[in-house]
Amino acid sequence: MNPMQRFKNIIKRPLGSFAVAAGLAAIAATVNADPLKVGFIYVGPTGDAGWTYSHDLGRQYVEAQLGDKVETSYVESVSEGADAERVIHQMASKGHELIFTTSFGYMNPTLKVAKRFPKVVFEHASGYKRAKNMGTYFTRAYQGRYLTGLVAGKMTKTNVLGYVASFPIPEVIRGINAFTKGAREANPDVTVKVVWASTWYDPAKEREAAETLILQNADVLTQHTDSAAIIQSAQAKGVYAIGYHSDMSLYGKDAHLTATVHNWGPLYLEKAQQVIDGSWKAVDLWPGIAEGTTDIAPLNAAVPEEVKQLVAEKKAAIKAGTLRVFDGPVVNQKGEMVVPAGESLEDAALLGMNYYLQGVQGKLPQS
Amino acid sequence: MDADLIINILYATLRTGTPLLLIALGELVCEKSGVLNLGQEGMVLMGAVTGFMAAVVSGSLFTGVLVAVLCGIGMALLFGFLAITLVSNQVATGLALTIFGGGLSAFLGSSYVGIGIEGFTPWELPLLSEVPVLGKIFFSHDPLVYVSWILFIAVYWCFRSSRAGLIIRAVGENPEAANALGMRVFLVRYAAVAFGGAMAGLAGAYLSLAYTPLWTEGMSAGRGWIALALVVFASWRPERVLLGAYLFGAASILHLVLQGLGFEASPNLLAMLPYVATILVLMLIANDAIKARLNTPFALGKPFRPQL
Repeated sequence: MNPMQRFKNIIKRPLGSFAVAAGLAAIAATVNADPLKVGFIYVGPTGDAGWTYSHDLGRQYVEAQLGDKVETSYVESVSEGADAERVIHQMASKGHELIFTTSFGYMNPTLKVAKRFPKVVFEHASGYKRAKNMGTYFTRAYQGRYLTGLVAGKMTKTNVLGYVASFPIPEVIRGINAFTKGAREANPDVTVKVVWASTWYDPAKEREAAETLILQNADVLTQHTDSAAIIQSAQAKGVYAIGYHSDMSLYGKDAHLTATVHNWGPLYLEKAQQVIDGSWKAVDLWPGIAEGTTDIAPLNAAVPEEVKQLVAEKKAAIKAGTLRVFDGPVVNQKGEMVVPAGESLEDAALLGMNYYLQGVQGKLPQS
Repeated sequence: MDADLIINILYATLRTGTPLLLIALGELVCEKSGVLNLGQEGMVLMGAVTGFMAAVVSGSLFTGVLVAVLCGIGMALLFGFLAITLVSNQVATGLALTIFGGGLSAFLGSSYVGIGIEGFTPWELPLLSEVPVLGKIFFSHDPLVYVSWILFIAVYWCFRSSRAGLIIRAVGENPEAANALGMRVFLVRYAAVAFGGAMAGLAGAYLSLAYTPLWTEGMSAGRGWIALALVVFASWRPERVLLGAYLFGAASILHLVLQGLGFEASPNLLAMLPYVATILVLMLIANDAIKARLNTPFALGKPFRPQL
């Protein structure tokens, strides 16, 4: 947690109970003329160039689109756990009417606070627990992973791709599998090496993980951690890399082939508008390429025209709904058929993915 | 494992251990003078951000390093003023420095996020780098790694056989006696604290200008705290700090390399390796509890008020 923020929170704590009363009064007194107070809870610093940064861009988008109809605020670097509950509670009690909690670990704290503030609307990213006033949403980032996998498969010369991962949870495993599937569709000889850095954010460690992979012959890298360190390593060592969360080409213009990017703005705008109209309902949203919530960054000039064409075709197919990434035949690492040709993995299976597909090297650690 | 891989592991070990070595050496000198500064993390972050900003603005990496070192000294002197002159509680003041540095660095650096610069590139020392095996491991690093070795030798020599080292130790063991002998306790403690700040600033510059040439909030990722623990486990001896820092580096690298080799162990367990290995080895070395306690500066953390 950002120490400064923690310090501020500590200072604010004694005011909490007072603010509860004041906040409830404020909600009761809300009339249409007042701006909608929208709050965001971030797990990292807004300057991380990654996950939190992408959410903050979404917040800024809402503010730019709705002008004085909304008033947004955020608390960054809130650690997942007991601290989160306090921060969310505080935000709710300060009169926020719509609160986005943007990390998986906020699920239980959000639910607890949601029960205490039935008039406040909560939206939790990446979780599966919902309530009458708590919806969930996430992005089909795996669709972007698949497209970047196509690029990686075409651009590799050693046929070894490197993947710096954080922790073996379904979201990360799904990304690895989607990337592998794309890569092997483009080039059946490809294998993907995964290194678990056991951290979401430590630039130095991410760099070492990247160099370990380069040492073991990987010549296209990608990551599911939060800094741009692997792009820099790739640039320094003369191999390619694919970013995640945001366009990271600034960190290595020769190395950066493309990136899977999130675009939360339209989704947040829609939710805020619904709350203003009174049409909001607690639902689970999982938008992707088709809705524009997931996308890929512009391809590097080094990518040949026919690869660009291929990516454009596949992207159009995903948009049209004719391609669903995990379309059969899907074969797992042991060589067993998971989904036969003509069928596709359902969302429930995607959300609980806990196995590697064929083409991923190494044993999946049990989380 | 082939020879090439082992060479690369050892090479990466030295690089990973360098920031820890720098911070820990600085803290060691500071603690030897009897001052416990828990503000390492804040000073490292401030060094990293100011060094990066200066390098971007001036276009010169060495200016960046210089600014980072000066910034570290400035932060340390601020701590010194509170903890030495105003005799505030050292633990609380140090923690405040960490919080202050973390917040201020994020504030200062917010418009520098997302900028990439050309960081330090390795300097292959003439002749030495051509020695087979050893040349690649030891003599093809970026300049700050060599600087860390020179500083290590300086600190080692200082406490081993210099009068300055004796004075610092005297001030850290018994400031009243040192004062009575005419040593300038405040001056010595200020100098030691400033040295600690300079080293932390240098470590910050190493992170943001050499190791991963970029700035993001909180990029030191707890290295200040690890270095702080390292000083204690190394029982305040420079050569053990060196060993501990590189051991930690080696285990961190192995955590990643073993996975790539298909070693079947939980990465979560492997991620513990650096901590466990470092603590175990340093504990085994310092197995004589009485001796270890004797190494602790007696007046560590205790404020000094001259008797009038």
